[in-house]
Amino acid sequence: MANWLDVASILGIMAVAVALLMIGGHFDLSAGVMTGTTALTVGIVAVELQQNIWVAIAAALVLALGVGAFNGWLVTRTGLPSFIITLGTFLMLQGLNLGLTKAFTGTVQVRGLADAPGYHSAELVLASTVEVFGQPFRIAVLWWLLVTALAAWVLLRTRFGNWVFATGGDEVASRNVGVPARRTTIVLFMTTATAAWLVGSITAVRLTSVQANTGTGQELIYIVAAVIGGCLLTGGYGSAVGAALGALIFGMTQQGIVYLNWDADWFYFFLGAMLLLAVLTNRLVRRYAEAAPR
Amino acid sequence: MSAAAGRPAAPGDTPLLELRDIGKDFGSVIALDGISTSVRAGQVTCVLGDNGAGKSTLIKVLSGVHRPTRGQLFLDGAPVDFDAPREALDAGIATVYQDLAMIPLMSIWRNFFLGSEPTTGWGPFRRFDRATAKDVTRRELAAMGIDIRDPDQPVGTLSGGERQSVAIARAVHFGARVLILDEPTSALGVKQAAVVLRYIAQARDQGLGVVFITHNPHHAHPVGDRFLLLNRGRSMGDFAKAEVTREQLTDMMAGGDELSRLAEELGRPGAP
Ligand SMILES: Nc1ncnc2c1ncn2[C@@H]1O[C@H](COP(=O)(O)OP(=O)(O)O)[C@@H](O)[C@H]1O
Ligand SMILES: [Mg+2]
Repeated sequence: MANWLDVASILGIMAVAVALLMIGGHFDLSAGVMTGTTALTVGIVAVELQQNIWVAIAAALVLALGVGAFNGWLVTRTGLPSFIITLGTFLMLQGLNLGLTKAFTGTVQVRGLADAPGYHSAELVLASTVEVFGQPFRIAVLWWLLVTALAAWVLLRTRFGNWVFATGGDEVASRNVGVPARRTTIVLFMTTATAAWLVGSITAVRLTSVQANTGTGQELIYIVAAVIGGCLLTGGYGSAVGAALGALIFGMTQQGIVYLNWDADWFYFFLGAMLLLAVLTNRLVRRYAEAAPR
Repeated sequence: MSAAAGRPAAPGDTPLLELRDIGKDFGSVIALDGISTSVRAGQVTCVLGDNGAGKSTLIKVLSGVHRPTRGQLFLDGAPVDFDAPREALDAGIATVYQDLAMIPLMSIWRNFFLGSEPTTGWGPFRRFDRATAKDVTRRELAAMGIDIRDPDQPVGTLSGGERQSVAIARAVHFGARVLILDEPTSALGVKQAAVVLRYIAQARDQGLGVVFITHNPHHAHPVGDRFLLLNRGRSMGDFAKAEVTREQLTDMMAGGDELSRLAEELGRPGAP
């Protein structure tokens, strides 16, 4: 059980943030590779530049916020689909991850984080294991619950949450009634970047070495989890708790196939089937709300 | 046309909103040119015109979505420029757009307070005051005689007339002094249109200045105090109620001679 929860937690942190962004009407294809960029930054600053690991983690956060703000700024400035803009940042980051890792280490990985100053406190916060009812749990599970609770609260209980639904539902209409739609979008992109930073830091500290291709290809899985959790691809509808459950279903399916000794290839079949089923169900929700008598 | 006509107004009172020679170009397209009229408290100014006449463009100028290319707006007699819809809102100019500016998938109470959410709590715990929002929404709708079963239902499940009514109630609640309505009755049946016209009269009686955009003179004439006629971006006249009859409005709207020519054209050949 601890194992599938672990898969679900790392994925869930991202799925929840990606769900907020999707509700706000956008996609972030750079979210997966961002977890790699931040993990590598932690590694390179701590090991190659020999800084305290907390300094490295802070540097990674600054970088993540910068990339998130850049994505959001470009999307709101140009009005181009976020799909295309973040595909651009995705490819750029992928290249940077490889190029810089090679430049610093001469290989395609950063290793030796365990020896960096401050590692033990970082491990305690990001990568320790706690026992609950005799079961070992990775602390990432706790982070996942925290992120989910915070996201759900923001979405349903704050004015910013109201703006997220509105911006994704109809951006022009919300701007006309005074919603700061542009700011909302930029903050949402910075939020996915921050979630990627959290996951990247957890990954780096947990594994103590980081591959240059970390996180690549995960971005679509986050979107799938959010959609399974009830987010509309068209924006304006969805929930944080739903996305967390989507990640949980995902983790259970993945581990279930391992337990059953099935070929892992089947996993993608189930994933695709779940995605289609979710999209069809979500469409009914939209019909209910929009095809009412005029 | 004389400003003294229409409803009795206090001597020397300035209009809430005045337009002088307003023009708006989109690139080489002249969407509006030389438009002047006024909006007074407790009165309804109707803007009439066919599709593409520039009605929506005119209200977007009034509500801060577009800046006029030419001319000047006056608020309480003082020149104003709105750089954003928020600025017009803050000046008390509320607009109910043709597409309503409501989010179909969001609940009525969320829509009602969208962009002006009440909050409680401090610092990082500041949050949307949902209880107040739901409460006020229910109360304000009831006060306008709008019977909504459940403020939690998505706006998309309301009928067109109900949506217009919610949007009007919202504008009134947020202290609008000028209420702009873009074709609120055009998509509605006779009964629902009558309901919306009644809300317009109610807003007027509460002392708001109303700008009512329509292409239907039969809707405009009963509630209007002042009529601005637009044709292809130009003014065909700005009349007080006493200066024009419903028939004249209808004639001018249809482009009088155009209609008689049409009647001729459609008449049966051989008929006298
Ligand atoms: N954003 C815009 N860009 C270019 N042309 C526009 C824009 N908005 C309106 N127009 C043009 O201005 C004219 C008036 O349009 P509009 O104000 O929507 O008319 P109405 O609301 O009376 O039907 C039309 O010819 C329209 O094509
Ligand atoms: Mg129009």
